Amino acid sequence: MLVSSLVAGLGLGSMYGLIALGFTLTFAVSGTVNFAQGSSFMLGAVSLHMLAISYRWPVVLAVLAAMLVCAAWGLVVERLAIRPFVKAGSNAWLMATVALGIVVDNAAMAIFGKEPRSLPSMLADDPWIMGGVGIYPLQIIIPVVGIVLAALLQQGLKRTSLGLKLRAAVQNADAARLMGIDVTALVAATFAIAAVLAGVAGMLVAPLFNVAYDMGTLFGIKAFAVAILGGMTRPWGVVIAGLAYGLLEATTTALLGSGSTQIVTFSVVIIALAIAPEGLFAKRQVARV
Amino acid sequence: MSLTVSRRQFGLFSASALLLHSGIARSAEPIKIGLVAALSGQSAKSGEGITRGLSVAIDEINANGGLLGRPVQLIRRDDESNPAKGQTAARELADSERVAAIFGGIDSPVSQAIVPIVNAAKMPFMGVWAAATNITRNGADPNYCFRVSAVDVLVDKRLIAHGTGVMGMKKPGLMLVNNGWGASNNAGLESAAKEAGVTLAGVEKFEDKDVDMTPQLQRLRDQGADGIILVGNAAPGAQVMKGLQRLAWTAPVVSHWGISGGRFPELAGSWASKVHFVQTYSFFGKQSAVGTKVTKALQAKYPDIKTVGDIVPPVGVANAYDAMMILAMAISAAGSTDGEAIRVALEGLGRYEGLIKTYNKPFSHTNHDALDENDYVMVRYNGEQIEPVAG
Repeated sequence: MLVSSLVAGLGLGSMYGLIALGFTLTFAVSGTVNFAQGSSFMLGAVSLHMLAISYRWPVVLAVLAAMLVCAAWGLVVERLAIRPFVKAGSNAWLMATVALGIVVDNAAMAIFGKEPRSLPSMLADDPWIMGGVGIYPLQIIIPVVGIVLAALLQQGLKRTSLGLKLRAAVQNADAARLMGIDVTALVAATFAIAAVLAGVAGMLVAPLFNVAYDMGTLFGIKAFAVAILGGMTRPWGVVIAGLAYGLLEATTTALLGSGSTQIVTFSVVIIALAIAPEGLFAKRQVARV
Repeated sequence: MSLTVSRRQFGLFSASALLLHSGIARSAEPIKIGLVAALSGQSAKSGEGITRGLSVAIDEINANGGLLGRPVQLIRRDDESNPAKGQTAARELADSERVAAIFGGIDSPVSQAIVPIVNAAKMPFMGVWAAATNITRNGADPNYCFRVSAVDVLVDKRLIAHGTGVMGMKKPGLMLVNNGWGASNNAGLESAAKEAGVTLAGVEKFEDKDVDMTPQLQRLRDQGADGIILVGNAAPGAQVMKGLQRLAWTAPVVSHWGISGGRFPELAGSWASKVHFVQTYSFFGKQSAVGTKVTKALQAKYPDIKTVGDIVPPVGVANAYDAMMILAMAISAAGSTDGEAIRVALEGLGRYEGLIKTYNKPFSHTNHDALDENDYVMVRYNGEQIEPVAG
């Protein structure tokens, strides 16, 4: 029982981690939280299904196009639901991102349809049997992709000029502007990257589950809990928190039944935050007075 | 002078025309029949099946002159499988649309939520899919809830018998959706197992939106289950089959009919055909005269129906067709669309040669279920089509 829970938990956990990474990125750069991040997850899966199944595009091309759709969606979120409110010094971006997420979910319902659909994949067709437990190749690939993407992001932030600019903007946006960095464009790019990360998570998870216009809601909420738990500014903390959350979810269901899953997992989140209010892996902020 | 006469004539003409028009309008005013069902979401196919059954029946009624000299019109509302939305829709149909009766959909929790509303409004309610026992057996007197569909308490006996008989289960485990419908079947299956002397390995619950069922299945496996009795709709039902596949567990599965309300074969993949499930009617095999007539009408109205296998889900179509025809008989017998008169007429109906069977007194004051365990057939998916299995 533990082996199957472990595999399922790691797969789900890395998905939460990927979506939560998006929260971390955009929060670090803009100081805002994109509550439409769950919709980016849905948009990746729905776009891939429509392009690869309905329009019969080659899978690789469909994946790339779906990533572009997500990136464009991220830019739209930043332009319509973040920038005007940040500029006005208002916190209304919170409601605006929620509202924009609802709009795109409903648009997806109108275009994609109301029924859940299946996304067939060779990687989630016949499981490998190991020790009496079947594991789909995709279940192995998902955590690997999640961890690799997190590592790439970490290295990208450290070693590329874009990463350097991002870190500069995070440290002091005004100073970064004075150094000639286009912080506005940088924030927009971050939202696009965050949306692509969530979209990739949606595409990866779709063959194991179903594709539906409302699939992002629950994943988005859980990923936000993971982002808070990991520490909103700590990419690796978020990835580890995602994996831990997925494992906790799977083992709780295995040991206590699914009726207890949300009770236990969200209670643990509350307890963890009571102990470490800035997240389990966040650096303590020092305020000079 | 001529102007005065002309005005009088005009006035008289106008008044006559107005009276005549309102008289025609009243006599031609349709009798509205409401439907509150899942027309979207994971059970959308169930709503489509019910719509088709009702539409074919209404076309037939209207072709024969309608009811009480008036045409019949179907008014549909989407409950999105949400009890609160179902309640709102039922109130709107009763208060604004002034329907003569309301038909229900696949979701027992929605129908259970509507029951007190229709009983308070003295509005006849006809269940054509949702099988929770307490929809019709709700304790109200007078009771305005009727059903032409399966009843959980009877289906559960059939599931236990089929699982332990044809499918060879010795110690089945239960996988139930965590809502009112699941609870209704939990009680029914435990009672049916006890009655049949069958020991259940365990009971596991899942949520409609759960994406991984392997932990629950593994728990049942660890408790010694050698088969699964499933109660859930298409999408979570498909996740159960994927979970079994992931566990490489080839246990037989017998299911209530919720899985036939959506895209189960597509969502469950290659293991979909392993599940035997219950229906009240199969369009396969030799058909009665009514069966042939309904099949032809469906094929004429819906071009996507090429063969009887394309009539999916058959249970929604067949139950809705018979229920609409029975309701039509009651409205004719009542001579009015008054809810109380229709209820009394439904309880006193005689013989009706229907699609599913010939009903002899389908309802009485104490029995509001027109079908019983003798009317159930076991089926399975063959590709997208539903075909009968032996036993």
